[in-house]
Formats: sequence, C-alpha cells, structure tokens
Amino acid sequence: MQFAISISGFVALYIFMLAAFAGWVIIGHVPAILHTPLMSGSNFVHGIVVVGGIFALLNASTVLEQVIGFFAVLLGAGNAAGGFAVTDRMLAMFQLGGHAAKHGHARGSHPKKG
Amino acid sequence: MLTFIPQILIGAIDLVAAFLFMYGLQRMSSPVTAPSGIKVAGVGMLVAVVASFLYVFNVDAAAKPFLMVNLALAAVALIIGGGVAWWVGRKVAMTAMPQMVAIYNGMGGGAAGAIAAVELFGAKYQGTTQLVVTLLGALIGAVSLSGSLIAWAKLDGVLKKPFRIRGQQGLNGVFILSCLGVGGYIVYAAQAGATPLIDMPHLIYLFFGLALIFGILMTLPIGGADMPVVISIYNAFTGLAVGLEGFVLQNPALMIAGMVVGAAGLLLTLLMAKAMNRSVSNVLFTNFGEIVKHKHGDVKGALKPVEAGDAGIFMRYAKEVIIVPGYGLAVAQGQQKLYELVKLLLAGGVAVKFAIHPVAGRMPGQMDVLLAEAGVPYDMIFQLEDINDEFASADVALVIGANDVVNPAARTDKSSPIFGMPILDADKAKQVYVVKRGQGKGYAGIVNALFYADNCNMVYGDAAAVLTKMIEAVRGLGSKAAA
Repeated sequence: MQFAISISGFVALYIFMLAAFAGWVIIGHVPAILHTPLMSGSNFVHGIVVVGGIFALLNASTVLEQVIGFFAVLLGAGNAAGGFAVTDRMLAMFQLGGHAAKHGHARGSHPKKG
Repeated sequence: MLTFIPQILIGAIDLVAAFLFMYGLQRMSSPVTAPSGIKVAGVGMLVAVVASFLYVFNVDAAAKPFLMVNLALAAVALIIGGGVAWWVGRKVAMTAMPQMVAIYNGMGGGAAGAIAAVELFGAKYQGTTQLVVTLLGALIGAVSLSGSLIAWAKLDGVLKKPFRIRGQQGLNGVFILSCLGVGGYIVYAAQAGATPLIDMPHLIYLFFGLALIFGILMTLPIGGADMPVVISIYNAFTGLAVGLEGFVLQNPALMIAGMVVGAAGLLLTLLMAKAMNRSVSNVLFTNFGEIVKHKHGDVKGALKPVEAGDAGIFMRYAKEVIIVPGYGLAVAQGQQKLYELVKLLLAGGVAVKFAIHPVAGRMPGQMDVLLAEAGVPYDMIFQLEDINDEFASADVALVIGANDVVNPAARTDKSSPIFGMPILDADKAKQVYVVKRGQGKGYAGIVNALFYADNCNMVYGDAAAVLTKMIEAVRGLGSKAAA
C-alpha cells in the first residue's frame, strides 16, 4: 500500500482552484474593521512555508543546500512566529462596548467585560 | 522499513493543520470570534511544525550522513528566527504595523524562494512540470522578498522619496524578460540534458539575481501613499509562491494555505485599490505624484478658524457627533486623548460614532486597530457604507487628521484626480470641525473644498494638543451642563 502523497499536475490544479475559491469566500466575509488583523493573519498562515523549509533542510546533502535550507527555516519561522504575535496582539484589543477601563490600553491587558 | 508510519502521521497531522487554518480564518469574520480564530490557526501551525520533524525517518539517501547536523541546524533556525520575530512582534508599536507585516511577508517570500533554490541546486525536482513550477515559485517568492523589503524601507521612513528614473518601465521590462528567459533556458537545458553555455549553478544564481533586482525596481517608484495596495499584492505573491513550492514538495498543506492566502491577498488588493479610486495597474505602473497637477484657484469661500475650546463646547451640546479620524491623528499620537473626549461627550448624553474610511491609515483597517488600541469599543466604529447616510442628520462632524477622504470634490468635480473615489460625506453634517496642523494639502496634493464650506470651521494645531484643550473646555462646563 502506498502512503506517500503524490499529487499530479491536474490534481494540483483542482486543489489550487478549490483553495483559492475557499479563500476568496472566507475572506470576503471579513468586515473592513478587521482588515489589518486579517492581512497579518493571512500573512501568518503562509508561514506554513517553514514546514517546507524543514523538509528541504533535512534533505540537504551539500553545504550550499544546508546554508540555503537554514535560511528557509529561519525566514519561515520568523514569518510564522511574527505573524502570529502581531495578529494575536491586535485581535485582543478589539472589545465590545461598556467602556473598558482606561488604563488597560496599549499591549497585553484587556479587561474582561461583564 | 517502517517508513509508512511517519508518512501516515505527517499526512494526517497536515490535514488537521490545513483544517485548523481554514477554520481559524473563518472565525476571523467577526470581532467576537476573531481572537480565538488566530489561536486555532496557531495550534494548526504548531502541530504542523512539530510533525515536520517526522521527515527525519524518510530523508534522501544522500542526506543521511548529514542528518544530525541538519536537525541541529533546523532547531537553531527555528529558535532564532521564531524567537526574534516573536519578540519584535510583541514589542512593535501599532502605528508600525504596516512595515511589520511587510517584513514578515518578505520573510515568507524569502523562505519560499530558498526552498526553490535548494530544489534547483540539488536538482531534486521530478520532471519538467515540477521544474517549471519550482522556477515560477522562486521568481514570485524572490520578487516578494526584495519588494517587501523596499516597501518596509518606505513605510519605515528609511527611504523617503519615490525613486524614479526615465525609462523605468522599459528597464523593469528588460529585467523581468531576462529573468523569464534564463528560467526558460534552465528548463530547456535540464530537459534536453544538454550542457548549458553557462553551468547550471551560475544560471540559477543569475535567475535569482534578476528576480530580486526586478522586485526592487518594481517597488522603488511607488509612493508611500500607495503602500497599502503594495503590501496586499506582495502578501498574495508570497501565498502563491508558498502554494507553488508546496506542489513541488508534494505537500498539500502548503498548497492549500498558500493558495488561500493568495486569493485573500488578491481580494484585499482589489478592495484597497477600489477605495483609493485607482486600478491596481495604475498603482503599479504610474506614479501618483505625476498625475496631480491640479489647479487650486477655483474654490470659493474662506478658511474660518475657531478655538479648540469653543469647538469642544459646541460638541458637548450637540445630539449626535460623528468623528472622522485619519492617519494624522495617529502621527500626533492622539487616539487616547480622542477617546477621553468621546467618553466625556458620551457621559453628557451625546451620541458619538466613529466613521472610518477604508484607506484611513497605512494599510487596510489600520485606523480600526489604532482606535481599538486606545480602548474604543468596536461597536462605536462604523465603516463608510454603514454610516455615510448618517452625516446628513448629524449635528457635528469632527474631522481629525484626515483630508482627501472627506473632500467633496470626489463627488462633484470631474476634473479632480480623486473624482469618483468613495468619500465620507462629512460636509453634509450641520457643523464640521476640521482639526489640522496647518493649511497643507493631503496626500493627493489637492485643495479640499470642504475646508472652505460655510458649515466648516478649522481648528489649527497638533491633534493631541487640540484634543487636550477640547477636553479641558468640556470638563470646565462641569456636570451642570445637562443636554
């Protein structure tokens, strides 16, 4: 039995088409107020490239490949971690009515509303 | 031997990760569920990264002797790259968010390009289709990397002026065509098995070099005001590059995540361009500064300055006030003060709403984030299409640090470069106050007819200082001033 994933040209196109369509529909529903976190959030999602970087680095067999692979993982990890950090921070700031405590501004603390 | 167990595990975990990404993004469609959405997507990322270390059980035979070194390198790269970016991401100011997104985005593009480079140098691709896709992903990723870095430099103020030379378009064309030409030659040489005129590694270097230079040249001439569109485009580019490299690595999680982001970036790009009244090609291939050679002499009326305190007191006795904040407010760091004033007005029974133009700020939705940071609840924040009809019934429109987005010329003056741009109809309010540093013009360099209108008064000064005076004046009225 074959467990290795094998995607031929046309199957890839189907996956791409469906993913693009899903992305378009899902993102189309995001209100304008969330467009900045959405952009940094989608930025975070393509940080999955780090997984590809790890794959490439683990299969490196020359010094050149190791160096480039190292940078692939380094940059991909930065993309993922940074994208998550800023998105999470921004989304934590959005809160509903009932005038939140004034001192809780800037980063981090966001008082629970009752 | 048991190579299929890690294969099943990776396949299953990546499937879960892909689902969590989609589900997380879907939860982003409301401010209520969005904070949990990003966490869901974060869990997906975490399990995918952990699972990727299962690749150690299936490495190429040639890479086996290096496995321990490669593992160590991967761990170090993850810790350094992830650690530094995390630390910076936690610290960075909200006003600096656009350049932050640009830089993270460039990193993603660079990672995709680097993966492609490993595949190319090691000749690991299988067949012509994979080679072509690898090159395509490499090109897009490299352009996204160098272009994003230029975008970062522009947004951060390192690069101040748009850099333009004669025949720029032609030069850009030469670079992209030579890049494609080299790519085509690589495919030809690899397929025919022929010995190329230049040896393969040098061809690959040349290919990446040309792509990186093209990314720089393409971004340099674009002005700072157009950067929101540019960041969106590069976001879409990186997504696309990641998706394509996902195909080369036969990893569906990368394909799906990359393509979803590609589509999302494209949609956001189009939305932004529409809000700026420009086409995407207009942003990329013409220079905004050049089309603005507009006559200024045809505005009737006079600028009527008033004291900040008087304006504050007037608002305190109004029934409904709509505030139009622009990037100038953020530059003056006045969001906290503004919300302080708003709370005073609310306590006095005044109905206050915020009206946000889609291009307020340096990236889509940045003004919303800046207000949220100051503590403004999101149910007080309204987008253009939801609030524009309310200006006609509002007593006061308070415009702070915004200019072009309230210029009625966009509705009336066919000769204006911003004609047709969706604007906030602040001019329809009974009384308009415009808080402005001086008599300068907006980004587009156009005279704003609103400032000269009969129902408009100017409050000159730094936004934070003006707001402080307004707060003092309203406080001075005390509680006896019941509406």
